[in-house]
Amino acid sequence: MESSLALALIVLLPFAGSLAAAFLPSNARNAEAWLAGLIALACTALALALYGQVAAGGVPRFTLPWLPQAGLEFKLRMDGFAWLFTLLVSLMGALVVIYARYYLSPQDPAPRFFAFLLAFMGSMLGIVLSGNLVQLVVFWELTSFSSFMLIAYWYHRVEARQGARMALTVTAGGGFCLLAGVIMLGTIAGSYDLERVLAAGDAVRAHPWYPALLVLVLLGALTKSAQFPFHFWLPHAMAAPTPVSAYLHSATMVKAGVFLLARLWPVLAGTDLWFALVCGAGLASLLFGAAAALYQRDMKGVLAYSTISHLGLITLLLGMNSPLALVAAVFHMLNHATFKATLFMAAGIVDHEAGTRDLRRLNGLARAMPITATIATVAAAAMAGVPLLNGFISKEMFFAEAIFAGEGRPLRIGLPALATLAGVFSVAYSLRFVHQVFFGPLARDLPRAPHEPTRWMLLPGALLVLACLLVGIFPARTVGPGLSLAVASILGEDMPRYSLVVWHGFTLPFLMSAIALVGGVCLYLQRYFHGQQATGNAPLRLPFSGRRLFDMLIVAMHRTAERMVRFASSRRLQPQLFLIVCMALAVGALPLLARGLARGAAPPTPVDPVYLLPWLMGCACAVGAAVQAKFHRLAALIMLGGAGLFTALSFAWFSAPDLALTQVAVEVVTLVLLLLGLRWLPRRIELDDPDRRTRRARTRRARDLVIAIVVGGALAALSYAMLTRPRVAGLARFFADRALPEGGGHNVVNVILVDFRGFDTFGEITVVAIVALTVYALLRRFRPAPESVELPRAQKEAIELSGVRAFDPQARLPAGDLMIPAVLVRLLLPMAGLVAIYLLLRGHDAPGGGFVGGLVMAIALITQYMVGGAMWVEWRMRVHPQYWVALGLLAAGGAGMLAWALGRPFLASFDWHFALPLVGEVHLASVLLFDIGVYLVVVGATSLMLVALAHQSFRSPRGA
Amino acid sequence: MEALVSVAIGILCGSGLWLLLRPRTFQVIVGLALLSYAVNLFIFCMGRLVIGRAPIIGTDGVADPAAFADPVPQALVLTAIVIGFATTALLLVVLLAARGLTGTDHVDGRESG
Repeated sequence: MESSLALALIVLLPFAGSLAAAFLPSNARNAEAWLAGLIALACTALALALYGQVAAGGVPRFTLPWLPQAGLEFKLRMDGFAWLFTLLVSLMGALVVIYARYYLSPQDPAPRFFAFLLAFMGSMLGIVLSGNLVQLVVFWELTSFSSFMLIAYWYHRVEARQGARMALTVTAGGGFCLLAGVIMLGTIAGSYDLERVLAAGDAVRAHPWYPALLVLVLLGALTKSAQFPFHFWLPHAMAAPTPVSAYLHSATMVKAGVFLLARLWPVLAGTDLWFALVCGAGLASLLFGAAAALYQRDMKGVLAYSTISHLGLITLLLGMNSPLALVAAVFHMLNHATFKATLFMAAGIVDHEAGTRDLRRLNGLARAMPITATIATVAAAAMAGVPLLNGFISKEMFFAEAIFAGEGRPLRIGLPALATLAGVFSVAYSLRFVHQVFFGPLARDLPRAPHEPTRWMLLPGALLVLACLLVGIFPARTVGPGLSLAVASILGEDMPRYSLVVWHGFTLPFLMSAIALVGGVCLYLQRYFHGQQATGNAPLRLPFSGRRLFDMLIVAMHRTAERMVRFASSRRLQPQLFLIVCMALAVGALPLLARGLARGAAPPTPVDPVYLLPWLMGCACAVGAAVQAKFHRLAALIMLGGAGLFTALSFAWFSAPDLALTQVAVEVVTLVLLLLGLRWLPRRIELDDPDRRTRRARTRRARDLVIAIVVGGALAALSYAMLTRPRVAGLARFFADRALPEGGGHNVVNVILVDFRGFDTFGEITVVAIVALTVYALLRRFRPAPESVELPRAQKEAIELSGVRAFDPQARLPAGDLMIPAVLVRLLLPMAGLVAIYLLLRGHDAPGGGFVGGLVMAIALITQYMVGGAMWVEWRMRVHPQYWVALGLLAAGGAGMLAWALGRPFLASFDWHFALPLVGEVHLASVLLFDIGVYLVVVGATSLMLVALAHQSFRSPRGA
Repeated sequence: MEALVSVAIGILCGSGLWLLLRPRTFQVIVGLALLSYAVNLFIFCMGRLVIGRAPIIGTDGVADPAAFADPVPQALVLTAIVIGFATTALLLVVLLAARGLTGTDHVDGRESG
């Protein structure tokens, strides 16, 4: 297989598997495990297949263009370091999958678990293989996200939700800093490509931005690797299922931070600032984590703090600016993954079989589960650094580096001393972990009778422990080649000479190891015999803790946000609108005052006295509506219609027949709409209105009047200044030139709507459809005010006069006053339908189109309702406005997609000309289908809204 | 004519704004409708006042943009009119529902103190 394809598959397979896993049935644990396990093994096999090429010094690459304008490409590359981590992630993934299959209970939804586990695996492999820093950050955030979902797997537990939220907040916050740092790094290096960034180390370190970008990158790496002072999320993340803790929170995801530090080591390391920051954080985590681990009650708590401590050790090594320390760091990343994952699995087994992880309750389990006990003991010995196990070798390399790292007397003595102290703690908590749980007399009052788990659950741990032993005894032959390959790919030419052997002779590091072992045993014995049992609290009472700072920060953010909302916003509409209007006036006035509003140079159009009449009516109606809207709603509504009619006449007068038609039609439906709404509003009578006469009300009204007059005057002045300036050709020429040859229509406005800006129109009819459905949905839950429920007076009088009370479905005509109009509107319906279709069909060449056609049809329908009454109409015909809306959207979208069939872009128009007998030449265009869609949507949406509102009259009083 | 149309736009806008700043929901709806007339007319006027020359290409097929009114603002306003109706309906229903829930037709859902 081609190597680039193999690389792509390594990242792609887990994501594809994640998608597949999500759709399996919820109890398909076996199928899920097979799927996930096979994918993990396939990734392992692909990585192994690439070994030859990588070992020969080759770097397989896979690239795809991503955002070429921004100089970004999607790039995967596998050098030695990436190869080693790929193997680690996929192999560990396979083992964890086996373990998880038996760990999850049948009640746990397996698809969610395995889907996110696979998604995590893909993201982690993506980080490891990224050849582009921005892409690396994307995968980085994906791991944070999948970690969040996995910690919150048992989301019915409070601590799972809290732990997940905290982990996400901390690591995603760090990821954000990392992105900023990476962008600075890419800007300095001139590219986000990893290889070019790695080659630009000298330029980066000399750049004035270096301190800032270093801090940002470290914030990302240290949060991810749970380093002091951001360590606090890791112990809370232990609420996750144990396979997740074993995989994400010990072996892989928390390694992403130190992986990144090692990856960028050639660029960022080598300065005093790097030494101070990285070593400082590492040393603090190493000591703090080790000491805190001694005091945990929970088995997983011990392991979490110990993970913080071991990651601190790796960070410390990376900070030492020495190639040999880097070797030790990479080596320890592997070792820690093997023994810590084993220990997590053992803790999970104990929890699973004994029902508790509480160290105070557990005792002597070795009698009940000897194999688990053996595996856990060996792994804990590796963690403590006992000779002949892998932890011993990397720890001794660490001690050796600690001796030579520091400069100056305090560091020369202090660093080795503190390293030994951490070793002492580490031995003590490892011993406590094993001794407390597995040795001594068998605990009695356990929730379950402990016994050995199924063999498959032991297998992953057994294999890992075997690896610990093999690496511990034959380091050069087992891990040697892979390690040197990885380190060589980071360091390039300056590979240090090192020897991976168990026995170096009686050296200072060996002495430190011995002190740590003996000291650790003594410490544990001392604590054991003095009965100082775990308290659950860290021994170090720091003046501040990350956890507390985090909580305080979250609370402070909430409070500040609330305070700002209270300060800057109002719940009252009127002040908001007032401010918006004033702001708009100011923003509009400033440039105008600077440029002037003088009359332009265009010749004036002579005044036509006939236009004066509608003009007078329109202006008077507008003012009248404004005055009457409070106490005489119906009058205001009629005058609003008058103003609308004036607007329509103005459109017609000034050469916009399409607008005039649409405006008149909309005027009708608006009027009906508002009339239907009137019934549900409270009575308001001028005489008994109390707040008209107060002084405050009067000042407010005066203020609003001034604002209204000023803004209206300003808009009038602006219009005048604009209208008297010569016309700008603008886009008119473009559309006029193309309307006939390319759009095939004579009516330019309609061609623009259905063809040139068809996509826009498509969006607009979608909005209309959504609004109609929203109106319908809102009205389903409508509750009228109690006093509006009763029938209106006019209706009661009509009922009394006609004597008809109940609705009679058999009646051929509605009874009462409206019998004759009912005959007329029934005759009107087919004619109105004809006019509507006529307007629709001719729209492309003459005034008309789908909008106005649809409105005319809707008006004809609504007239039936008005005259006949809703029940009478619906007894005879079912209009189903929803179907009209749906069909219309389908027609319009289908007209757009038809173009795809012809290999043209969405909504591109095309037409046919052909001759039919009797009819003559027919010209069919795809835009006609589109316009029919517009028509159907407008008919459906308009009648849906109006009919839904009309139906509210049938609400019985219980609705109140 | 220019002055007449400008004054009409100003009056429509002023009346609409006055109502928009009033406390009763019905006033706000009517105000919005008036304001949308003003704005639609204003945008339409971007193409200047042209009389008797609708943007429809004659049968000769000669399309001279100087010979007829600007079609672009017309196309913009046409959809605005229909959308305006839809949003008016939405606003009306929201306000009616608020009146049903809160028992008042004040825009804030409670009488100002």
